[in-house]
Amino acid sequence: MSTRADYASVRTLEEALELLQSATERSALLAGGTDLMVEFETGRTRPDRVIDLHHLDELRGIGEEPAGLRIGALTTCTELLESPLVCAYADILVAAADEVGAEQIKNRATLGGNLGTASPAADLNPVLLALKARVRLASSAGRRELPVDRFLCGYRETARRSDELIESVVIPRPLDGERHGFRKVGTRRAQSIAKLVLAISLRVVEGEIRDVRAAAGSVAAKTVLLPSAALELEGKAPNPSGLRESWRRAVKRDVTPIGDVRSSAEYRREVLFRVGTSMLIQLTSN
Amino acid sequence: MNGPIEFRLNGRAVSIDAHPLRRLLDCVREELGSTGTKEGCGEGECGACTLLIDGCAVNSCIVPVGQAVGCEVTTIEGTGHEGVQESFLEEGGTQCGICTPGLILMTRAWLEACERKGEPATLEGARKALAGNLCRCTGYGKVLASALASRRGTS
Repeated sequence: MSTRADYASVRTLEEALELLQSATERSALLAGGTDLMVEFETGRTRPDRVIDLHHLDELRGIGEEPAGLRIGALTTCTELLESPLVCAYADILVAAADEVGAEQIKNRATLGGNLGTASPAADLNPVLLALKARVRLASSAGRRELPVDRFLCGYRETARRSDELIESVVIPRPLDGERHGFRKVGTRRAQSIAKLVLAISLRVVEGEIRDVRAAAGSVAAKTVLLPSAALELEGKAPNPSGLRESWRRAVKRDVTPIGDVRSSAEYRREVLFRVGTSMLIQLTSN
Repeated sequence: MNGPIEFRLNGRAVSIDAHPLRRLLDCVREELGSTGTKEGCGEGECGACTLLIDGCAVNSCIVPVGQAVGCEVTTIEGTGHEGVQESFLEEGGTQCGICTPGLILMTRAWLEACERKGEPATLEGARKALAGNLCRCTGYGKVLASALASRRGTS
């Protein structure tokens, strides 16, 4: 059925933006295809038109700029994990990209696709939230930039208008002493949809915890920040029992997971609590 | 609005009349007769349909043929007997055979990546590289032994 959709492959950004002017809510932007090709084949997604961005080289490339590290939307997971620049700015993005799937998937799946699909189980999105990444959108009307938490609106929903595409993601330069943790929990190491994804960024300055950003996937309809984590943890000394109690309160307040075919709600909450506690203890110890 | 789709298959220029969203897997098997490429799960989970695009391993069940335009596509028919296939035969890394073409291509991509990066081809590396290729017969022990034995055959 998908194979009857109107299809266009674009080679320049100009060409893409012009085509997007007449795109609708039902038009699909195709990047690596790891998610959409299955959607098309099963008929779960029936686009009126498919705009294939794969050959759009302007959306590739990784480079530093004053605002931070710019990563083109079509950058694949393999490219992320082989980039020394990504490793320097965002070590946990490398860790997350490595766990997205098997080699065959990592060679195709893209950063922009992970964002654009906006699956609550996306592996890279919690990392982008924890690292205060911003999404750059382009349309023929101009460009705009949104923080990832405003870009991700709901279950497979984003703030992208139908005439826009994701051009790149910008990750700000890490603060002095910034520490990052990442953990994915799934059924199979190589290739599984996450039961839980957790990413945390924080600093320990003069014996107290600062600048906490914790984000989790697979615990709500969308990838979420845990705002209570910052409220509970910042200003505190990093002792394990205090961390455990602060984190327990944050999880309780900020997250109400659902039970589904992959895990029960209780399991997700308990694992988020335990994984987060050990991550916090590890990140705050010397 | 879409013309013929042109790419290279196992070193030979090919041109087919297909919708660009058709699966590369189906085009290779049905339009081009390379039936060595097998379909397993059809959703990018099992690795049976693995083939190489410009040397890079992909699951061809989730690659639209339009994305292969201008690329070099390598299937099991194009790998020849350069050592990897012999190793799978000698070490017993194959039983029913459905996953074998994918495993051989993935092994080749892995060995080439090791060489390119100047990294040693280790057991741990083989485990990781082949993690996306499911085999229901062998229990993987002999698959990994085959992959490691392939090291001498390439280069």
